[in-house]
Amino acid sequence: MSGTFLGMPSFPKNAEKALQDSQLRYNLRKATHTIRAKRATVVEELPDWLELRAAGKAIKDETLRHLDRYLLQVEEAVTKAGGHVHWASDADEANEIVTGLVRATGQTEVVKVKSMVTQEIGLNEALAKEGITAYETDLAELIVQLGDDWPSHILVPAIHRNRSEIREIFLEHMAEWGRPAPDDLGDDPRMLADAARLHLRERFLSTKVGISGANFVIAETGTLVVLESEGNGRMCLTLPETLISVVGIEKLLPTWRDLEVFLQLLPRSSTGERMNPYTSMWTGATEGQDFHLVLLDNGRTKVLADEIGRQALRCIRCSACLNVCPVYERVGGHAYGSVYPGPIGAILTPQLRGMESPLDASLPYASSLCGACYDVCPVAIDIPEVLVHLRSKAPHGPAERLGLKAAGWVLDKPVRLERAQRLATRFRGLVPKRRLPGPGAAWTDTRDVPPVPEESFRDWWDRTEGGSR
Amino acid sequence: MRVALFVTCVNDTLFPGTGKAVVTLLRRLGCEVEFPAGQTCCGQMHVNTGYRDEGVRLARQFLEVFSGYDAVVVPSGSCAAMVREQYPKLAAGMGATRAGAFASAHGGHSPFAEAVAEVTPKVYDLSEFLVDVLGTTDVGAYFPHRVTYHPTCHSLRGLRVGDRPTRLLQNVRGLELTPLPGADECCGFGGTFAVKNAAVSAAMCADKVGNIVATGAEVLCAADNSCLMHIGGTLSRLRTGVRVMHLAEILASTEAER
Amino acid sequence: MSSRDQILSRIRSAVAGAPEVEISRSYQTSGQEAGRVELFAERVRDYRAIVHVVPGDELAATVARALSGRGARRVVVPGGLPEGWLAAVPGLERLRDDPPLSAAELDAADGVITGCAAGIAETGTIVLDAGPGQGRRALTLVPDYHLCVVSADQIVGGVPEAVARLDPVRPQTWISGPSATSDIELNRVEGVHGPRTLEVIITR
Ligand code: SF4
Repeated sequence: MSGTFLGMPSFPKNAEKALQDSQLRYNLRKATHTIRAKRATVVEELPDWLELRAAGKAIKDETLRHLDRYLLQVEEAVTKAGGHVHWASDADEANEIVTGLVRATGQTEVVKVKSMVTQEIGLNEALAKEGITAYETDLAELIVQLGDDWPSHILVPAIHRNRSEIREIFLEHMAEWGRPAPDDLGDDPRMLADAARLHLRERFLSTKVGISGANFVIAETGTLVVLESEGNGRMCLTLPETLISVVGIEKLLPTWRDLEVFLQLLPRSSTGERMNPYTSMWTGATEGQDFHLVLLDNGRTKVLADEIGRQALRCIRCSACLNVCPVYERVGGHAYGSVYPGPIGAILTPQLRGMESPLDASLPYASSLCGACYDVCPVAIDIPEVLVHLRSKAPHGPAERLGLKAAGWVLDKPVRLERAQRLATRFRGLVPKRRLPGPGAAWTDTRDVPPVPEESFRDWWDRTEGGSR
Repeated sequence: MRVALFVTCVNDTLFPGTGKAVVTLLRRLGCEVEFPAGQTCCGQMHVNTGYRDEGVRLARQFLEVFSGYDAVVVPSGSCAAMVREQYPKLAAGMGATRAGAFASAHGGHSPFAEAVAEVTPKVYDLSEFLVDVLGTTDVGAYFPHRVTYHPTCHSLRGLRVGDRPTRLLQNVRGLELTPLPGADECCGFGGTFAVKNAAVSAAMCADKVGNIVATGAEVLCAADNSCLMHIGGTLSRLRTGVRVMHLAEILASTEAER
Repeated sequence: MSSRDQILSRIRSAVAGAPEVEISRSYQTSGQEAGRVELFAERVRDYRAIVHVVPGDELAATVARALSGRGARRVVVPGGLPEGWLAAVPGLERLRDDPPLSAAELDAADGVITGCAAGIAETGTIVLDAGPGQGRRALTLVPDYHLCVVSADQIVGGVPEAVARLDPVRPQTWISGPSATSDIELNRVEGVHGPRTLEVIITR
């Protein structure tokens, strides 16, 4: 994955810093609660939601089970339809391919539709090194790009910004990238959207190369599917002479028919709408365009080899899990140090990048295991299960290891537990209520300690013969 | 019917009153309870913190101790969920070879898996046992206080106990149940999460406490003492005057006792 | 080994021996028949599009009213659009896409009028597939006003019926309301890069 976040401290440290930012917390709370309610309403509207979810899960599992076959099908179908298919093992290779393709057109500017995968591989930076400027066109991506910021949400990368912050960014930075914002720009969302429209209009109409990702690729037909709201996607997909789509290999669906499931699951889970404003579907070189499909691995086959972890590859990036996550709601996306924040990031990033860095090793612990993410996930990824699984593979600190091993030893035999309990009751007077030493301090910073009882349940039961004496 | 109490290591050590309340309550309802002395811990803390092997050892012990009972009653949503929801996953993970299970939903055929299949369906959270097995929502309790109920995550989304606890509370004489805003949101305990991510945990709890105080309740009730220890510790630190009580203790209270 | 072969072989060893997956499609595959047109109209309106439901013989008059109400004089007319739809519009300048109009020409148009390939009642979605009377994708994208005619028999109940009826090889655009964004505080605002006004005439 991209090097942008390398060297970041662990999640708890990032989180602590984010928690101090009351504006951020306010913005996030408002946004996540709004979208949560919208999602719940449109999901309840469908009486067969659980059946759709089960089908979605199974279709994705089937895709992964025979991914080799389906990839070859895609290659054949896209080629037959006049497109070109490229395979990239990792980020560098993908960036090289895309850079080469843009170079071959002789262009130095490209327009981009919001795509997670091109962020994952750091494509914009790679293009910049070769003197190619990539213009983000999704409103939220534009806000992030203009503000020289990082995305903090899968669907709404600028969710951490409120309207007045966005206005400031537009006023200050639009001119550096093209048409400046109008001087009398207000902070009404409608006005801000209009400013973005004007800023990008000329660029859309004149840029010759577009770069996109895809939400789905249909194996049997070679059809690519992109869901969006603003129309910037349609602009980038239809107007340029050359279109390059970079797609993770897990984005496939076996058949055209499978869309009947996913075009219901995705919009309702992500923006909380019955359907998103625009969905584009095309197969190969369309309407005279030169079309390139780059199929990317970049760690996905490694994830696929992990029997429990591989379910993360079912993810359709709807972001419902972020929106319900109590941890995400309070710390935002940046603390996760990856383009994939929130619960899905906590299980995907450590699998894609490994758990060598302190940040990546701390991600599986960035959850209280409350299970809200699993409940809303449209493809039933059991995120808590994967978190726990990754925790068993994560490196553990020596003090923690010692503590947990000791506890394990005590709990291993009832008699040891009994002795430990008696020891605790004997010295119960010594346990401070408000300030525990060592790692316990993390508890007593905000919480009192309950008093240790005079006698354990087990001793009471023995003494009174189960309360009968 | 042979009914066993799995009191849980936390209740055993720190909250014996909850265990006693379960015993009192079940006896009152005409049910004899056994306390198998070999029990210690379900292994949740170990498994969830990433010490799978230790956790599995404790799980084996649990399965051995509680084999042969008709019902195992657990006054903790998260421990009951550990046994019922996570043991089968542990079994699946062990029984299968690396490529043996696609979506990790297939059980193996190890002795462990067999014990899991035998014992776990008989494990009940207290409210499930009362409502589903004993078939009652009125346990004859009396508790003249204003109470609000926090459905802990593992009861709500793991065990899916639904409205069983609140139906039980609604039938307690004298008790005024006030709804808790944002009830389904996590309190921020999460086991070792409370220490490993103490700042986030505290922020989550602060919001929970705000909602609790807004109800004007005297007592916060839940079916899990771990969450109550966390929320209660914060309520106490902030001197809110709100007490915390386990569901079992409220249901065990009667007029005669007062 | 090429990256292609490398990826394929990594996949094969990752899933070797894994059991087959069974897909159960127990979800609903057809929506309700009754009230389909009304539901479609209501759902399209929910996205803040302008919607008219008229008898077939009033189509030309409704088109004329819509265009004149909008002050649209220079309108893109894709090949294959029934001439009758425009019969009642006086002084209309028809912009034909033959030879193809440039992006700038499209941008300068007052609007575009099209038919469609299907309508989906449950989601209020219009599907264009570049068929007769729809034109290539840019025609309905660049002009700021899109007038779309949907006949009642094109409206299906739900997404599965639409998918079944459409041809994947044709380029498709599924449209649910005017261009919109929820990127600012997750509140929906209509009108960004696509047509800011969507007007739909349903004929029965
Ligand atoms: S993990 Fe599930 S809920 Fe989260 S983004 Fe992916 S598909 Fe959506």
